Amino acid sequence: MEPFKRLRGIVAPLDSLNVDTDQIIPKQFLKRIERTGYENFLFFDWRYLDDGETPNPAFEMNAKRYQGVSILLARDNFGCGSSREHAPWALYDYGIRVVLAPSFADIFYNNCFNNGMLPVRLPADTIERLFKEVRAQDGYELTISLIDQQIVTPDGSVISFDIDPFLKERLLNGWDQIGLTLRHEPKISAYEKRGQAPFSRS
Amino acid sequence: MAKNIYEKIWDAHLVHEEPGQDAILYIDRHFVHEVTSPQAFEGLRLTGRKVRRPELTFATMDHNIPTTDRSRPIDDPLSAQQVETLAQNCRDFGVRCFDMHDRRSGIVHIIGPELGITQPGQTIVCGDSHTSTHGAFGALAFGIGTSEVEHVLATQTLLQRRSQTMEIRVDGKLPVGVTAKDVILAIIGKIGTAGGTGYVIEYTGSVIRALSMEGRMTVCNMTIEAGARAGLISPDATTTAYLRGREFIPTDPSFEVLAAEWIRWASDAGCRYDRTLVLRGEDIEPQVTWGTSPGMVTTIRGRTPVLAELTDANERLAAERALGYMGLPEGTPMTEVAVNRIFIGSCTNARIEDLRDAAKVAKGHKVHSGIDEAIVVPGSQQVKLQAESEGLDRIFVEAGFEWRESGCSMCLAMNADKLEPGDRCAATSNRNFEGRQGKGGRTHLVSPAMAAAAAIRGRFTDVRDWTFK
Repeated sequence: MEPFKRLRGIVAPLDSLNVDTDQIIPKQFLKRIERTGYENFLFFDWRYLDDGETPNPAFEMNAKRYQGVSILLARDNFGCGSSREHAPWALYDYGIRVVLAPSFADIFYNNCFNNGMLPVRLPADTIERLFKEVRAQDGYELTISLIDQQIVTPDGSVISFDIDPFLKERLLNGWDQIGLTLRHEPKISAYEKRGQAPFSRS
Repeated sequence: MAKNIYEKIWDAHLVHEEPGQDAILYIDRHFVHEVTSPQAFEGLRLTGRKVRRPELTFATMDHNIPTTDRSRPIDDPLSAQQVETLAQNCRDFGVRCFDMHDRRSGIVHIIGPELGITQPGQTIVCGDSHTSTHGAFGALAFGIGTSEVEHVLATQTLLQRRSQTMEIRVDGKLPVGVTAKDVILAIIGKIGTAGGTGYVIEYTGSVIRALSMEGRMTVCNMTIEAGARAGLISPDATTTAYLRGREFIPTDPSFEVLAAEWIRWASDAGCRYDRTLVLRGEDIEPQVTWGTSPGMVTTIRGRTPVLAELTDANERLAAERALGYMGLPEGTPMTEVAVNRIFIGSCTNARIEDLRDAAKVAKGHKVHSGIDEAIVVPGSQQVKLQAESEGLDRIFVEAGFEWRESGCSMCLAMNADKLEPGDRCAATSNRNFEGRQGKGGRTHLVSPAMAAAAAIRGRFTDVRDWTFK
């Protein structure tokens, strides 16, 4: 997994509450057995007109100024619904590395960290302010430092954010979760030998 | 110290814990389906890893499979490839697989309990958000992503952090005509689709105790729609009675010994929760969703919202957008909303009791002329056989419903069963998201009895006033 440390990039707004993973990537694209190549399916039903090809001019992210986006600005409960990891895969393949929102759905939040993506929870009024700023200024960029847990806006103001230290460490190092766990393999074996669990009977 | 059931299961499954890190939790049962597993098995191949405990891993195909004639190959080549990929992965890695021709097959969250693979006190995961269903048995069960599926296959463990706990107590008694589906929709309507975020919910109270295992599964199933990590119900005599004699229940030790062990997982008297919410069963009415999120719900006597009455600007915007998508004016009484498609099925509501409820309403009636298609999709082949032995299939067919093979079907429309743009569907499933059942399709979530009543009347109707024949 690619480590995530610091990023400066274009911000795009997605002004919708409760964006579910069915919207992030609709079901017809979950039939693939590959892990990459999902960029064209991101927000498919919103992004294209009914022909599935023509970009929908009403979809804000389609505007020219948001091309090359790497930071998505979103609303409450982003990523709710289905557990499909295809949602972070599609965002990642489209170029998005950071999602800023007041809150995230639990499974989506975890899935991000397994794909080198940083979801950042920010207070609702900060998100509101960023929505205003990004729309007011063409080419609006943010600089995000995971090491410092800070976001710097174009006018130089600094927004700090909280993140669990273990998740931060994993992202900074791009650690493979399975590798981490297998360092404790003897403990897994010991647990299985103890057979303390009637629930483990097969 | 008195512990709640979540704390008991968590403590008993801790493999390793150190400050500042996620704990390593042992996983007792891992369910696998064709959509969220191919990349996980591929990951094992690329790293030369094996499935650590294949005997604790159970696979089935449910999302892509046709609900029509199964003697023919699957039409969609991508669906066929995904189904075959799982079959091949199971052969390569030694995992037990119930394919669609196996009489034990069905939706993964229906067959786990039905076969007795799901048991109290277990930790259960699956790459599927509705894994919360298994919590009805007093198991800690939740959905995971594909990277985590690979992690569980490789290590039989998962990295987890302890959740907060919320008790949702439903006191009193449910009125006649009000079901488990109405209970959970009313709860989501109350706490919102993010109301459970960060929590594991335990459902308690006399209404929950009085529910059958099937009703409890419906409640736990939609816990994810409230944003919670998992939902569970402490095991009791209803739980153990359901499990007796099921195929994967061990025969040694005796059932009595097992049942006594299971009951001990129940929350201790005087245990604590981080938050408690209380509802009265008597206050709950049949529910219908009006919007594009399960929290956008009202009662059958309710109306779609009036935008000017919504005080929160973001909420108002969301409601306006949802009404636009749903093609419904503000303030529309739900009983005036006409539908043209009916879907009775899904891991939420396709067990035998659900089909009995729907058949009881449909019996002796005819599907309304305004309905273009009404399908009944049993949750598993066993449910299908049971329903047929009770003659439910004949009741449905005589009324004008189609009787199908089991599977996820039009809950998420990955197979051929889907809504067309503009279709309006009364569905017993769990999600009314935009396009969930087909692009441009409009979904209203209801109980099986309410869906059957909508099929007969062509519009939503209060099942409490139904004339049963």
